[in-house]
Amino acid sequence: MDLLTMEFFRRALIGGALIAASGPLLGLFLVLRRLSMIGDTLSHVSVAGVAAGYLLGLGSPAAGGMAAALLASLAVERLRRAYKTYAELSIAILMAGGIALASLLFSLDRGFGVNITSYLFGSIYTLNDADLTAIAAVTAVVLAAVALQYKEWFLMTFDEDAAAVGGLPVRALNLGMSVLTALVIGVSIKIVGALLVSALLTIPAACGLLAARSFRQSALLAVGVAEAAMLAGLLAAGFWNLAPGATVVLLLIAVLLATLIFRRRPRL
Amino acid sequence: MTTGAGPADAGCHQPVIELEDVSFAYERRPVIEHLNFTVRERDFALLTGPNGAGKTTLLKLIVGLLEPDAGEIRLFGEPARRFRRRERIGYVPQKSAFNPLFPATVREVVLSGLYGRHRLFRRLTKEDYRRAEDAMHALGIADLAGKRIGMLSGGQQQRVFLARALVNNPGLLILDEPTVGIDAETQESFYHLIRHMHRHHNITFLMVSHDRDRLGDYLEGEPAAVAGRLKFYVRHSHDRTDCGETDLTHSLRAYRREADEPALVR
Repeated sequence: MDLLTMEFFRRALIGGALIAASGPLLGLFLVLRRLSMIGDTLSHVSVAGVAAGYLLGLGSPAAGGMAAALLASLAVERLRRAYKTYAELSIAILMAGGIALASLLFSLDRGFGVNITSYLFGSIYTLNDADLTAIAAVTAVVLAAVALQYKEWFLMTFDEDAAAVGGLPVRALNLGMSVLTALVIGVSIKIVGALLVSALLTIPAACGLLAARSFRQSALLAVGVAEAAMLAGLLAAGFWNLAPGATVVLLLIAVLLATLIFRRRPRL
Repeated sequence: MTTGAGPADAGCHQPVIELEDVSFAYERRPVIEHLNFTVRERDFALLTGPNGAGKTTLLKLIVGLLEPDAGEIRLFGEPARRFRRRERIGYVPQKSAFNPLFPATVREVVLSGLYGRHRLFRRLTKEDYRRAEDAMHALGIADLAGKRIGMLSGGQQQRVFLARALVNNPGLLILDEPTVGIDAETQESFYHLIRHMHRHHNITFLMVSHDRDRLGDYLEGEPAAVAGRLKFYVRHSHDRTDCGETDLTHSLRAYRREADEPALVR
């Protein structure tokens, strides 16, 4: 297939495979901590950051997006603590604010040369060396963090009170998780787009929750499902000329439905 | 507000939890006022009071998650906020505190009892894994090790959390409303196990519960301390204790042997 010999397509596959490892891994912790929507929030805010990056004439608008996602993740963490029982309220407000700000900023200047839709829906075929380096670096950091702090993240996610009683630095761990989430979303936007980024974080995790017995198994399953859907989706999209991000996300949903239908009956 | 202090027969037993004139308020609403109380080694302390009386707040103060507005709290003789030897505290949460759909096996949950600050950035050792197996065996849940926690009965889940709390061989075991939502028969066997552990092991207990009915005669009739609507009841395990107490079996191995006698753990 000559698709695979094309440089832009190989870059897409590499970028996709990298983000399909780090995104779902982090996503599993986020979903279990009832922060499923954080992906949406951060990605919407980061589109506003991208727009601001263009307006301010930054060399790399993506850096603007990354910075905005980081700021938003700190805000979410702060609000989550301030309004413990209304965590989703802060998320909803930030999400709406982010997308409104993004639209406004994009409408200020029509000379961007870049359509807002490429950030909303992704533009995986335009990954350059800098993008790939950023994706690889973020993936390496996420994998290293999970490898080093698997125990602590597990306990924080399963029972935050027990983690605190055990003397874990709960605040620092929460902060670290938020920052990593922002980084993953910052680099994922170019691949699947802001509107679909949280699907990559949450749907593989949802499959893992349904089918796996242990936590370790659900993490492996989430990554496996995401990798398979990413590679199959990109190939299908390239072959039939479909929107790549949307194809990947729809494949993920198909896998989730199949898991729901065919999963083993729970046994005692 | 406060009547009485710790038990008079303190003798040679070191204080484990010391509350000295502790006050705490949320915003301007006082929750705890001038509370004095001491729990000593091998005491079984029960903290009761109606909902909203400040039980959970006091528990958070004791484990150092909150700081009192006035007064001082010490754990094993050190200020609670700066207490570092966290592995000495075993903690059993309220049943409702965990998500039943969480994808974790019994073994993973029990192991997580070892994930405190003293093992931060360290890999678990073979010895750690063995301790987890011992704890599960001691509580009669070894055959459930590979099952998902959410699929167990309430009583089994309770034992999983107890095994998690015991895996560090703690000196202080804190139980936060451990029997809420658990049927009467299972509660009975749970308390049987707890009483047994108190009598035969060098563990100090602090249990929070909204009623004291289940423990019945085990605790002395009158509260040892009262502060507002909070009441402390205490029992010391006199029967086997003298100041030497070196012969006390304090290891999970011992629990394990006991668990093999079916009469003790149903």
